[in-house]
Amino acid sequence: MRSIGTIFRRELASYFATPLAYVFIVIFLVLAGALTFFLGDFFERGQADLQPFFSFHPWLYLVLIPALSMRLWAEERRSGTIELFLTLPITMIAAVLGKFLAAWAFAGIALVLTFPFWITVNYLGSPDNGVILASYIGSFLMAGAFLAIGACLSALSKNQVIAFVITAAVCFVFTVSGSPIVLGFIQSWAPEALTRTIASFSFFTHFNAITRGVIDARDAVFFFSVIGVFLLANAVIVDLKKAA
Amino acid sequence: MSDMIEVKRLAKHFGPIVAVDDVSFTVRRGEVLGFLGPNGAGKSTTMKMITGFLAPSSGTAIVCGADVTRDPIAVKRRIGYLPEGAPAYPDMTSAGFLDFIAHIRGFSGAEARRRVALAVERVDLGDVLYQPIETLSKGFKRRVGLAQALLHDPDVLIMDEPTDGLDPNQKHQVRRLIAEMSADKAIIISTHLLEEVDAVCSRAMIIAHGKLLADGTPGALEARSRYHNAVRLVLAPADQGPAAAAIRLLPGVDEVESLAEAEGDALMIIPLHGSSIIGSVGDLLRNNRWEPTAISVERGRLDDVFRQITTAH
Repeated sequence: MRSIGTIFRRELASYFATPLAYVFIVIFLVLAGALTFFLGDFFERGQADLQPFFSFHPWLYLVLIPALSMRLWAEERRSGTIELFLTLPITMIAAVLGKFLAAWAFAGIALVLTFPFWITVNYLGSPDNGVILASYIGSFLMAGAFLAIGACLSALSKNQVIAFVITAAVCFVFTVSGSPIVLGFIQSWAPEALTRTIASFSFFTHFNAITRGVIDARDAVFFFSVIGVFLLANAVIVDLKKAA
Repeated sequence: MSDMIEVKRLAKHFGPIVAVDDVSFTVRRGEVLGFLGPNGAGKSTTMKMITGFLAPSSGTAIVCGADVTRDPIAVKRRIGYLPEGAPAYPDMTSAGFLDFIAHIRGFSGAEARRRVALAVERVDLGDVLYQPIETLSKGFKRRVGLAQALLHDPDVLIMDEPTDGLDPNQKHQVRRLIAEMSADKAIIISTHLLEEVDAVCSRAMIIAHGKLLADGTPGALEARSRYHNAVRLVLAPADQGPAAAAIRLLPGVDEVESLAEAEGDALMIIPLHGSSIIGSVGDLLRNNRWEPTAISVERGRLDDVFRQITTAH
């Protein structure tokens, strides 16, 4: 399992070897700020919390995470390095986990760099920092789920644009399935049980639950399950491509 | 155990296309096996299956006692592999890349540094160690790939077109490196350069349409050429005609071709079944007082054998 660490370090360093890391972080912070202050009415609400900040995270991730995940496998396949990578003495688990964890850590770094929001809100008032911490954890878990989906779909194609578009589409479905608009529409004709099932598969529902300040085991388990299932699918896809 | 690589009835289908069709062979320590074949013959696919990158449709390869379909990790540990085009992570420096390979191969600390330094020295990479790989010339990129394959001093080396796209000096250098390492390793290289087989391989295999068509030492393959033991002869222009007619009647001569060459016309005397005819041709010339300006015996040309074998099927 030492190889997971080696792969993790190489992958994480590779983000910073190109402008990708800096562009991503800057855009992430600018968008997060713009959404929070302009669309989220951060000041006008007159409340010392980061709710407007976190409420935009699913939408922010929808655009930005596929850009992070699209290269994970597609890039290796396009440049031919996958032949080198998969003939090194590493297990498939190590390959998949090493790549995923590096991308997740990178997303974590971007998330940590939003700390000025936290400082701002603490300067302006006295927010419930427990809620904020829970929200950060929830946002990080949700980023992991988005990334796992992206990693899996990136293994399908050697075209990064295709990987981006499909990932964004799948993540969109996972996100909006819990939004009031979609649920309201379904509720009008579908039985209650179906509505609840669809809502329970939504990142939105689980993320919102966590941002209220309580990390329910069910919400955490949900995100970890999504990560697990998609990483497993990722390994299976890479393996199937070997047999093709 | 002297059989380092044992390929057993290996086959690969891509849908309806048969890329590799029931190929079996073994490679021993000390052997340098050259895979020859036209593009798309199945050379790379065979290598990809031995190295565990592709799963065989049927059959298997056993490398140093480990079966690639059952224990791919053990096989990958024993192999140094240079894939076609020597892929490497373009945004890494050579030093960073080799350090990554060393760690993945299980070396760390001083041992990792020693291994990297040794590999760098062997392929003469020193000057460009801290440049991103994407900025390197083709020759240096190839050397980075070679260093990567050699780093753990593997028992088995598999290289897909190791000299493709290199200039003559770089080719020479890579071939010398292969020759140096050949004594205690089993090496497979693929190439479509026939001179490379002569230069480095102790054994050559011709593959076309996924099938193994010939297997032998380069000399034995050359002997299958119709030009093996043929005599190339240049005479004064006035003597060409009568000499050709007389030689045609010699026993053991199959055919006499006249070649138009830059330095004048020449005769190519082709023997029946590759037998030696230089003696009788020499006697005939002496008896008729035809003074040759040049006379030589052909060994046979690999490219003829190659064309003959790969187009007959």
